[in-house]
Amino acid sequence: MKSTAAVAPKQNHSRLPGLSRETLLSWYDDMLLVRRFEEKCAQLYGMGKIMGFCHLYNGQEAVSTGAIKGALNPNDYVITAYRDHGQAISKGVDPKAILAELLGKYTGTTRGKGGSMHIFDRATNFLGGHAIIGGHIPLASGVGFAIKYRGEKKVCLCFMGDGATNIGAFHEALNLAGLWKLPVIFIIENNKYAMGTAVERSSAVQDLHKKAIAYNISSEVVNGMDVLEIYQKVKAAADRARATYEPTLLEIETYRFRGHSMSDPVHGVYRSKDEVESRKQSDPIILLGETLKEEGMITDQYFDEAEKRIKKIVEECVEFAENSPDPPVDELWKDVYFEGRGE
Amino acid sequence: MAIVSLREAINQAIDEEMARDERVFLMGEEVANYQGAYKVSQGLLQKWGPRRIIDTPIAEAGFAGVGVGAAMVGLRPIIEFMTWNFSLVAYDQIVNNAAKMLSMSGGNFHVPIVFRGPGGAAHGLGATHSQALESVYAHFPGLKVVMPSNCKDAKGLLKTSIRDDNPIVFIESEVMYGDKGEIPDGEYTIPLGVGEIKKEGNDLTIVSWSKTLAHVVLKAVDVLQQELNVSIEVIDPRTIKPMDYDLIVESVKKTNRLVIVEEGWPFAGVGAQISHEVTSRAFDSLDAPVERVTQEDVPLPYAHNLETLSLPNLDKIRTAVKKVLYID
Ligand SMILES: Cc1ncc(C[n+]2csc(CCOP(=O)(O)OP(=O)(O)O)c2C)c(N)n1
Ligand SMILES: [Mg+2]
Repeated sequence: MKSTAAVAPKQNHSRLPGLSRETLLSWYDDMLLVRRFEEKCAQLYGMGKIMGFCHLYNGQEAVSTGAIKGALNPNDYVITAYRDHGQAISKGVDPKAILAELLGKYTGTTRGKGGSMHIFDRATNFLGGHAIIGGHIPLASGVGFAIKYRGEKKVCLCFMGDGATNIGAFHEALNLAGLWKLPVIFIIENNKYAMGTAVERSSAVQDLHKKAIAYNISSEVVNGMDVLEIYQKVKAAADRARATYEPTLLEIETYRFRGHSMSDPVHGVYRSKDEVESRKQSDPIILLGETLKEEGMITDQYFDEAEKRIKKIVEECVEFAENSPDPPVDELWKDVYFEGRGE
Repeated sequence: MAIVSLREAINQAIDEEMARDERVFLMGEEVANYQGAYKVSQGLLQKWGPRRIIDTPIAEAGFAGVGVGAAMVGLRPIIEFMTWNFSLVAYDQIVNNAAKMLSMSGGNFHVPIVFRGPGGAAHGLGATHSQALESVYAHFPGLKVVMPSNCKDAKGLLKTSIRDDNPIVFIESEVMYGDKGEIPDGEYTIPLGVGEIKKEGNDLTIVSWSKTLAHVVLKAVDVLQQELNVSIEVIDPRTIKPMDYDLIVESVKKTNRLVIVEEGWPFAGVGAQISHEVTSRAFDSLDAPVERVTQEDVPLPYAHNLETLSLPNLDKIRTAVKKVLYID
């Protein structure tokens, strides 16, 4: 960072309202960390070190960075589905512990109990990755209920895929949040597909944000490749929730650059190579990098430095995870009923 | 005899029954365009078209209920759950609407429907994606529960299930879809409620089904017969409900010892039911208390070492076998 400090930032640009250079660079780094972290995950999966289902966030990084790292306070809550590594990292969950979890290690976020789809972290109010579609959405309304019950000025961010808006739990949860005015921001990450099923083939209403109308919840469409727009829209919703407890639904239009999970090819049956390649042209990380350059905040040199820095972090994660112990045998019977951990 | 994979055997059963009966259709997530999440329905869309091979949104309660409603008025749906874990979202439709309709309506409406898909643990799928739910569904009067352990049975039992006039819970196994086996040429069916002796033996009986039988028990039996110099009889009930108690009781009358190995949890498990029935019908024949091997009574963890430790395995089966034989 030092070496680029000489570049003078332009003043008062409308795209970057009140955002310091330091903040913006931290967002760039956050997105890059998620990207490189998950590229490593893909490698480790290929080597058989990560098991089960593993869903990567490649292409969607701006969403977690803008919405969580950008717009939230540290004590706000986040709950999400199984595509959860990026959101956990943006919430400040230790990436070392996340990777250790993926490797099924005792030092992982859930001591090896949950794996990729179930990252949880009490310390950062990260209420989990959840694997049954839609099952976590009512929980978000419950967290909103608790916030309001206690009279706190917090919000709960609830992430879900486009496919999740077709399941009953989504509709019940939104109705309750709309009816009782619960401070929840429901974020649909519309990456156009639920596994191999395109939105046009699964939802009677194509504009998913319109589903909020039925529940008297205000909603908006957000460009998911633009971290600044995501930040602004989520921040506005969060400010309103803190002031009035009003819920919001945001449909964030994004795209996953990889397959649904590790066993699904990048393109094939349900989307063409051309489609994927053209979507990759609006890579959110590159777009933010270009903006920062245009604004004179960084030079190309910054990109190399960031890569080096992030590479080192990812290497440290791998080293930590690989050198961590497996869970001890008696861990199998722990935490089934809450009795403290007897430690 | 042809050699096919389990997914092909199931595919053939669906295909043949669709040819036989125009009322049969297949509905579920990714069954059509994507050719099945586990490629079980490969080629069926191309052959039968979108009227009969139907992709759904992620809406288990909705499409399971659509199946029940369509069955009430005369169609014969096959409803695929991508895995049985997701059936819990549709639990109300299965246990309240499908299971009880005939009785509750005083015989006015019966529900000829097959709910099918893979159940049980695979590898590292974690607590919500690894559940063995056969004892849960078998609990409800009105449902039949079918669990094949091989290709031949899968095809024959699925054809029978599709022709059955009652709601069927047909549980396959994701890790068995690639397993190969012989199936008879031409048309055949296998009746529900009839088990099979997989291997004859004299010193004890082991009852097990589905993947646990095919991937764990049969291998363990080979090892333990050598190691302990005993002769083990192995029974596959093939349907959990109705359960072929007669076959098991007859076997126990010969061997005098019984071990039941299942992937589900111990409390109110299928093995508990079998154990009760055998104890009440063949108490005088038993030379040792019935032993059960189950998954540990905990949600299944992700970590490989804990997962292996929790599920039925050779060590647990060895311990149970030695116990009923009083070998220490
Ligand atoms: C109730 C339920 N049904 C089916 C599945 C299997 N499944 C896992 S992910 C997925 C697609 C979800 O798509 P979407 O909500 O758009 O999220 P994305 O994967 O695109 O992030 C499906 C069908 C599940 N986990 N839960
Ligand atoms: Mg999606």
